[in-house]
Amino acid sequence: MSKLIPGATGDWEVVIGLEVHAQVTSNAKLFSGASTAFGAEPNTQVSLVDAAMPGMLPVINQTCVEQAVRTGLALEAEINLYSVFDRKNYFYPDLPQGYQISQFKQPIVGEGVITLDLPEGETKDVGIERLHLEQDAGKSMHDQHPNFTYVDLNRSGVALMEIVSRPDMRSAEEAGAYVRKLRTILRYIGTCDGNMEQGSMRADVNVSVRKPGDPLGTRCEIKNVNSIRFVQQAIEYEARRQIEVIEDGGVIEQQTRLFDVAKGVTRSMRSKEEAHDYRYFPDPDLLPLEFTAEWVDEVKASLPELPDAKKNRLMADFGLSVYDAGILVAEPETAAYFETAAEGRDAKQAANWIITNLFAALNEQGKSIIDSPVSAAQLGQLLDLIADDTISGRIAKDVFEVMIETGDDPAKIVEEKGLKQITDTGAIEAAVDDVIAGNPEQVAQYAGGENPKVIGWFVGQVMKATQGKANPGQVNTLLKEKLGG
Amino acid sequence: MTKLIDMSIATALDHLEKGTFSSRELTECYLAAIEHGGSLNAFVTATPEKALEMADAADAARKSGDAGPMCGIPLAIKDLFCTDGVKTTASSRILGEFEPAYESTVTANLWRDGAVLLGKTSLDEFAMGSSNENSYFGPVENPWRAADGASRVPGGSSGGSAAAVAANLAAGATGTDTGGSIRQPASFSGIVGMKPTYGRCSRWGTIAFASSLDQAGPLTKTVEDAAIMLGSMAGFDPMDSTSIDRPVPDYRAALTGDVKGLKIGIPKEYRLDNAPAEILNLWDQGAQWLADAGAELVDISLPHTSYALPTYYIVAPAEASSNLARYDGVRYGIREAGDDLIDMYENTRAAGFGAEVRRRILIGTYVLSAGYYDAYYLKAQKVRTLIAQDFDSAFQDVDLVLTPTAPSDAFVAGAKSNDPIEMYLNDVFTVPASLAGLPGISVPSALSDEGLPLGLQLIGRPFDEETVLRAGQVLESAAEFTHRPTEWWKENA
Repeated sequence: MSKLIPGATGDWEVVIGLEVHAQVTSNAKLFSGASTAFGAEPNTQVSLVDAAMPGMLPVINQTCVEQAVRTGLALEAEINLYSVFDRKNYFYPDLPQGYQISQFKQPIVGEGVITLDLPEGETKDVGIERLHLEQDAGKSMHDQHPNFTYVDLNRSGVALMEIVSRPDMRSAEEAGAYVRKLRTILRYIGTCDGNMEQGSMRADVNVSVRKPGDPLGTRCEIKNVNSIRFVQQAIEYEARRQIEVIEDGGVIEQQTRLFDVAKGVTRSMRSKEEAHDYRYFPDPDLLPLEFTAEWVDEVKASLPELPDAKKNRLMADFGLSVYDAGILVAEPETAAYFETAAEGRDAKQAANWIITNLFAALNEQGKSIIDSPVSAAQLGQLLDLIADDTISGRIAKDVFEVMIETGDDPAKIVEEKGLKQITDTGAIEAAVDDVIAGNPEQVAQYAGGENPKVIGWFVGQVMKATQGKANPGQVNTLLKEKLGG
Repeated sequence: MTKLIDMSIATALDHLEKGTFSSRELTECYLAAIEHGGSLNAFVTATPEKALEMADAADAARKSGDAGPMCGIPLAIKDLFCTDGVKTTASSRILGEFEPAYESTVTANLWRDGAVLLGKTSLDEFAMGSSNENSYFGPVENPWRAADGASRVPGGSSGGSAAAVAANLAAGATGTDTGGSIRQPASFSGIVGMKPTYGRCSRWGTIAFASSLDQAGPLTKTVEDAAIMLGSMAGFDPMDSTSIDRPVPDYRAALTGDVKGLKIGIPKEYRLDNAPAEILNLWDQGAQWLADAGAELVDISLPHTSYALPTYYIVAPAEASSNLARYDGVRYGIREAGDDLIDMYENTRAAGFGAEVRRRILIGTYVLSAGYYDAYYLKAQKVRTLIAQDFDSAFQDVDLVLTPTAPSDAFVAGAKSNDPIEMYLNDVFTVPASLAGLPGISVPSALSDEGLPLGLQLIGRPFDEETVLRAGQVLESAAEFTHRPTEWWKENA
């Protein structure tokens, strides 16, 4: 697959690096006890610290530190036992302190790596430069009043992890795969819910273009993109824009840009000359963050199985294809569902049922696997009913539909609806005899050998007569006997 | 019996315990004194009703056997400490009518121990200054006047607190010390002022000037009072990450009067060429007093002393420029309208901050700017480390360091207002201990040729407030400083 973009002067390579802001899953904010729950009334989750009242002081939330370390470990990154919180100074109404507490020179997590899952089972490693902890700002609301901007400080002080990649990506698809994989990892370890619609994950996208083999071009940073689709659209647009500028004889200016979702274009927000001087310096209200290697080891021991490891295990232990395994591990809940349903059963069959039937049904209902009406245990029971010949695979599909509707156990549905497979030879024989007696023409076709496939038609008739409950194997055998095959 | 308001905290506590008088009676005396002391301009806000309520509560507590260590003692609180429901200004216009809905840890500790709030005292705006002339509410006058009768500054930034204690408008007062803001006004006003070790008192609820230097402490009539009051103010606070978790000793019990065998360092670098002879003579005298009491004098060197002042005037403004960013007209305090957001910020901060605060914000912003950070801020931090190391190595050989508190007696109001450098030089002897985070005390030791108080400073090891107080009391006894200012302010009342 060529990732190069054709231009008037030849092919171009796009170079992408991402800074993802991931909201730390924690009950309280990074430096205050206020709640972090989403969707509360404006300014109801604001402590004195978050509002920067005079004399207030930050106190680090231990949980957020542990979450950052967990994330660092999951990214196979260097954990810095000594890190420093700095103040990033700028004025804005939704930044009550007049500075954001962040980490500048000495972040909590150093270099790591993410392995992207690309189409056709390909993988690609993208370097992680660093991860640091910082406070979120509040929200300015410009649409509440004709003359005033309102400020909601509920988000003010919420803990974010800024995860900075190396400029290792070469296409919008890779950038999309990066965000997806990062989100999967964060969800696995429970350090960020990855909910981009609620702003739990946002990306700053750095894009530059160059002729293959040339040194890196000048980059533009597209701020605050809040969906994977928009990340990809913004990159596509921005790469084309830069190529056009250069091919028209222009130069790329280092800029901060915004992605206009409605128009699908990026627009300049400020140039390098207009960039803030943030006057970073160590926050004198906070001591350096220090912990021991032993504590990091404890945190490491508490990590769950990570997606790559799980995928490899599913392929090795259950013989799943790389494609199926990739789909099943994308969400930790899906993987858990699969493992429960497949336990002690035909794993391949379980995977098929989940990927084909369950996903389709959930999609239709707009539900996620967490609120699936059919539990993993129930799907397992259904597979058991197929395995022990209580129902046929075809009836199972009908039973599954009822399960999705009612959430009932499959055994109960089979019982109530009388869907139990007929294995009583006498009953099947009677049905076979009836069909043969009623269709002499088809019998003749079969006997004359002019249409041996007509046997399939007979099977269908018998199944129809038994409302699909006859054991198809037995029907087949009996028909062949009676028709003199 | 001496007048109630002349009493030390220790004496008043004895009487309260014996029932000679009640806290209400004592408080009423101080409230009357405050009323008559208006021309000192020591208070921004007096809280007579609250004071009487708290005094009654203290009397009730004492009656029921629940008297805390400061039970019934009326105090003045520097208007930098946030007080629940009581206007808190930092002596700035920018906070407007700001009334905190919370109580600073230090004042909460004092109320826990039974102290009574008389009111909030003036300071140099946001604690920036050495004369208390930088207050939006006008300059504070030193109760002390020289023979010529010209008005003197009380020192700063805790000038209102110092003046209140010196004029017997309060039994004691809280101050904060960033580069000398407790010790220098104590020296100028003839009282005791103590800055404990950085981290000893919580900074929570105290309006920040320079976070890595700010430390609360008492201003009192005696060393013993300082010990009593510090015992109540100090303590670990989980709300302040720089607060230190170690028990608060019984400071009063440390006042044994015994300094035999203590080694007192006399740093040669503090012998400034241009220092007035009376300052140097007093210093020698102080050393002799301690030697007479059995201490051993040791000549020491603190080689980086001359860099302390420039270092301080980089670090403190840098932190201040960031700490004061929150006063932006958006959430509390005054707001001056503007054509757009930036205009509103500029109008509000120009109207709200006085000249000295604006100067320090500009200096601080400059030294943190891209391209200047390494040359100024980073360099200053390195020098700060060297200054702390100077003390560390000195304390290998000595137990305390003795120096003058300030390079002069209280100067005439307005004398240094147009020369910030001259003003900054006031802190030359106090700033090094601030940069090193060490405890220091100023003890009134003599009158100058002009008849104004002069203090001596003792600096101790980190968290060795006990030795500082013990030797401070020995100095106090030897100096027999019993002079009082003439109470001119009462005639004006």
